[in-house]
Amino acid sequence: MRFLSTRRRHPLAGLVVLLLGLIAVGGLYSAVAPDSATAETTDARKVEAGRQLFLVGCATCHGKNAEGIQTKSGGNYGPSLIGVGAAAVDFQVGTGRMPLANASQQAPRKKPQYTPEEVSELSAYVATLAPGPAIPSEEYTDASGASDEVISEGGEFFRTNCTACHNSVGAGGALPGGRYAPKLTGVSGKHIYEAMVTGPQQMPVFNDAVITPEDKRAVIAYIKTVQAEPTYGGLGGGGLGPVVDGMFTWIIGIGGLVVIATWIAAHGARVKRKESRS
Amino acid sequence: MTQITTDTPLEESAFGKKAAGPVGWLDSRLGLAKAGKGLVRKVFPDHWSFFLGEIALYSFIVLLLTGVFLTFWYVPSMEEVTYTGSYAPLRGLEMSKAYASTLDISFDIRGGLLMRQIHHWAAMLFIASMIAHMLRVFFTGAYRKPREVNWLIGVGLFSLALIEGFAGYSLPDDLLSGTGLRFVDGLIRSIPIIGSYAEFFVFGGEYPGELIIPRLYMAHILLVPAILLGLITAHLLLLVYHKHTQWPGPGRTENNVVGYPVLPVYAAKAGGFFFVVFGFIVLVSATLQLNPVWSYGPYNPSEVTAGSQPDWYMGWVEGAVRIMPNWETTILGWTFSWNVFIPAVVLLTALFGLLAAYPFVERWVTKDDREHHLLQRPRNAPVRTGLGVAGMTAYGVLWIAGGNDVIATQFHMDIYTITWLCRIGFFVAPVIAFVVTKRICISLQRQDTETLLHGYETGVLERSPDGGYSERHAPLPANVAYTVSARDEVRVIEAPEDTDEHGVRAPGGLKARLHARASRFYHEDVAEKPTRHEVEEAAHHHADHDGHALEPGARDEFQGISETGVPHQH
Amino acid sequence: MSTHQPGDAVQRADDADPHGEVEVKQGSFAERAEPLDNPGLPEHLPRPTDVYPEAERRAERQVAGMFFLATVLALAFCVLYFVVPIDATFLGWSGLNFALGGTLGASLLLIGLGAVQWAKKLMADEEMVEMRHPAVSNDDDRTEMLAKFNQGVNESGIRRRPLIRNTLLGALGVLGLPAIVLLRDLGPLPGKKQFETVWASGMRVVNDVAGTPLRPADIEVGQLVNAQPFAFFETDESGEHVIHGAELLQEKSKASVIVVRMRPEDITPAPGQENWGIEGILCFSKICTHVGCPISLWEQQTHHLLCPCHQSTYDLSDGGKVIFGPAHRPLPQLPLALDDEGYIIATSDFTVPVGPSFPEVEQDK
Repeated sequence: MRFLSTRRRHPLAGLVVLLLGLIAVGGLYSAVAPDSATAETTDARKVEAGRQLFLVGCATCHGKNAEGIQTKSGGNYGPSLIGVGAAAVDFQVGTGRMPLANASQQAPRKKPQYTPEEVSELSAYVATLAPGPAIPSEEYTDASGASDEVISEGGEFFRTNCTACHNSVGAGGALPGGRYAPKLTGVSGKHIYEAMVTGPQQMPVFNDAVITPEDKRAVIAYIKTVQAEPTYGGLGGGGLGPVVDGMFTWIIGIGGLVVIATWIAAHGARVKRKESRS
Repeated sequence: MTQITTDTPLEESAFGKKAAGPVGWLDSRLGLAKAGKGLVRKVFPDHWSFFLGEIALYSFIVLLLTGVFLTFWYVPSMEEVTYTGSYAPLRGLEMSKAYASTLDISFDIRGGLLMRQIHHWAAMLFIASMIAHMLRVFFTGAYRKPREVNWLIGVGLFSLALIEGFAGYSLPDDLLSGTGLRFVDGLIRSIPIIGSYAEFFVFGGEYPGELIIPRLYMAHILLVPAILLGLITAHLLLLVYHKHTQWPGPGRTENNVVGYPVLPVYAAKAGGFFFVVFGFIVLVSATLQLNPVWSYGPYNPSEVTAGSQPDWYMGWVEGAVRIMPNWETTILGWTFSWNVFIPAVVLLTALFGLLAAYPFVERWVTKDDREHHLLQRPRNAPVRTGLGVAGMTAYGVLWIAGGNDVIATQFHMDIYTITWLCRIGFFVAPVIAFVVTKRICISLQRQDTETLLHGYETGVLERSPDGGYSERHAPLPANVAYTVSARDEVRVIEAPEDTDEHGVRAPGGLKARLHARASRFYHEDVAEKPTRHEVEEAAHHHADHDGHALEPGARDEFQGISETGVPHQH
Repeated sequence: MSTHQPGDAVQRADDADPHGEVEVKQGSFAERAEPLDNPGLPEHLPRPTDVYPEAERRAERQVAGMFFLATVLALAFCVLYFVVPIDATFLGWSGLNFALGGTLGASLLLIGLGAVQWAKKLMADEEMVEMRHPAVSNDDDRTEMLAKFNQGVNESGIRRRPLIRNTLLGALGVLGLPAIVLLRDLGPLPGKKQFETVWASGMRVVNDVAGTPLRPADIEVGQLVNAQPFAFFETDESGEHVIHGAELLQEKSKASVIVVRMRPEDITPAPGQENWGIEGILCFSKICTHVGCPISLWEQQTHHLLCPCHQSTYDLSDGGKVIFGPAHRPLPQLPLALDDEGYIIATSDFTVPVGPSFPEVEQDK
């Protein structure tokens, strides 16, 4: 998997990566040049495999050529995937949001239905349709070893751009119409990055021109660091804040002390006169 | 038990002889014996619900102790510094000294985090126990004459506690508390006509400025606690003067108080309960995280976190602000922001106004001018209980509205739908709650009468010679019967005729009619308690009919009533 | 009926009409006699600890055991304070917080439970009866009080000397004014500050935190940029920010903006604001017009912007109109243009006040 993805990122390696080269990020990596002939054949095989998977699993909603299917009323049955890029496919399929299990307000995160290999093939196919955001390099999605400075700067970006929806510890938040900003626990750096560049569902786009790949890495570093932090004070309220604290106050606090008060005021066992030996 | 009587009197013991000098010295200057002799054996009645106010008192002491500890390190300044403390994810950021010092208390002072959590948990419990105590006083009618003044002091304590809590919540100057301050800014701006001036005076200029934290700090550690302390003292002095109320029961009358003396039993029970409350709060603080300020980050007016909420005790105001329609009107160039002013300022004032007025309104309706020291079971004042439950329901609806975003995400609901349900629920639910509660109370009253007249169900089934089945009823034991029967009853006062026979309007007719209507509302449908005559008749009937009068030993085994709220018999 | 004499409640039932029928006078309060006589305090029964010496000894051991354990725990607290490092963790919690809280809490709790157990099991437990007295003063006290008060008033002569009384009242009344006047400098007067932000014609719209200027090509459809005026990133010759500290927070609380891009055909601009955007790029205030929370919960497909505090919702494709929630005024829009280098700039300050409403909000600048 890693072998394939590093090859794919090379600027000379086939259609996928050519498209990627159109975007500024592409120029940032200077990986070792692999044997181009091998890369080309691998890629062509992969795109074809992806197309086959697409026709079986995705075309019902998104159309045979991923052009999207419109409902009679003009709405989207499945949106067009032309130009969404490999990143969008990798995010949607890699986090299990696609294929959609049932029509609802929002596609929830669930267990992925495709193997990483298949996800990569699907992404490769969709990326051939039109230019779009590519799957980010590990350089920017792996935040381990980030310095304190990077982490605290990532915190600034996170609080400015993300916490309004996703909450300060990434616990998620409510949106209108039963929609929600999902929680960020257990989401890989790569998927966080991809969500930012593609803007899945209602989430706005935060592209690399405005939030640079380095800034995105800082955000990922902050999220990962904060989520690995101990909950210093004890059992946390799951990041839900004062609502849960209030429930604890009444149920555990007042409830517990009332139990003790009942014991204090109770008059306990008595000995009947006839048994007493005073 | 016998040792107590055989102990050497204090003044003859070795310790007593040594202490006599200093104690005598103090007595000759302070008159200790004169002041103390009445208090040492003062009687307090036992009931779990009488401890709710004590929880509030003890939480307050815990707040004072831990609060003093926190002031040693907390810096009430909004001056910007670069954070260099132990919490890595925020290191190097610009933040106010207030926030930086709060982080230092949490991460660099040993025991600091514990004290912060104790302080905050104690504050939560302080207000929760005050509310629970107030509800107990309300539902049992303990605020009636002669305790109205103490009720008013209690309302004052409650309102000050909310202000005190909010001021404390704002001090860390983290993103969450800053968002709360931003809300207060909007609230102050919404005051008609003078809003802008009030804002600039409170914040010392434009929001947020540099002065609000020092000002809130002064209010939080000096002004409000001093008033609280004074009012608590007055509250307790009045408690001592009036003596505690008690539940009705055998031997308990309006003219006595039955219970245990301060020394030794109440000193041990109440003193012990202080340690229990303190220890309980500390254990909670050791295991449950509260307000992790480090995870919110420093305050910045362009940042916010999803799930921003005030502490729970302001949640109902928050809810009212959320469900309020967006009314704003401009009259003669002045804008009135009803959308903020009504739910925040008006509603808060209305709550305290209604609470303060209730005892006087009830007295006006019942015209009851007697002193009351025996408590009423909630069922025996159906309208009051109904109103109380209706109020709690309205409060609960607002509380739910205040957490609508959390409910939406946790239960996958549409946030607008929850808001609309709360808008409707705020008006409809209290009415339903009132009617249902009043009906339940009246049913319980009738059931009491029923058991009093016809005995309780023994669970013993009997088969008659002709094959019919019936359950044997046994008369209530005398103690229980008395407890059930001893309730205060007041009568409807009919309105005088509007006009006399010549068609002339009676003087004061409107006021009297208003009163009569209120009185009818208060007393309507309330089950009357059986008369002495009825009770005697039923007893005869019982004895004649099945001949199963009170069986020997039934009194000891009887356990049926005490679970319903009547104090245990002993 | 206003006061009871001691004992009358107990006797009330006997005094009353045996059938409990009391005549109700109109307009007056009446109560009914108790249907049953008060049986008096029940017989006192001893506790097991009063009767069985072994139970008594067990209770004594329990109480002393709790107090002893409390002592040990308090000492353990002192040891743990020095032994446990401040950054140690336990179960993913702060180890020190748990160690200190656990020992101190348990110690306090045991002292409390021990004291209560002592009271419940071993102290004398025969209930006592104390008589109450009406709260009201008795007639003698009232008479004496009134007499003394009148004497005092007479001796002062305040009623005979209205000149002194009135001048004193006047002096005391006016004394309130200095107290109020002293508070004048609590804050400056608002002036026009609530109407103005740092935005001005030609001011670049820059990305928040990073401070980089924006070009239209940088922003795609569906993109949200949390932005600030360039003024916040301006530095003087020594590299210090020109606007910093409290002033920065004050200005940020008015000038923060969001930049969004929608398809131009989706946008219905407000009259007179048709040319405020650039190819579907619009800029709105980030400060909610309800109570001022920063809002950036923008749904890129519905174009709705939700406030996380009180759920006011604005439609950014429709001039920032309020479509739900408690906010009243639409979200103020900032007119945009491009400068010579192709960067996005504001063409003026906001034309309406930003942030929560205030009484003068509809009055002209």
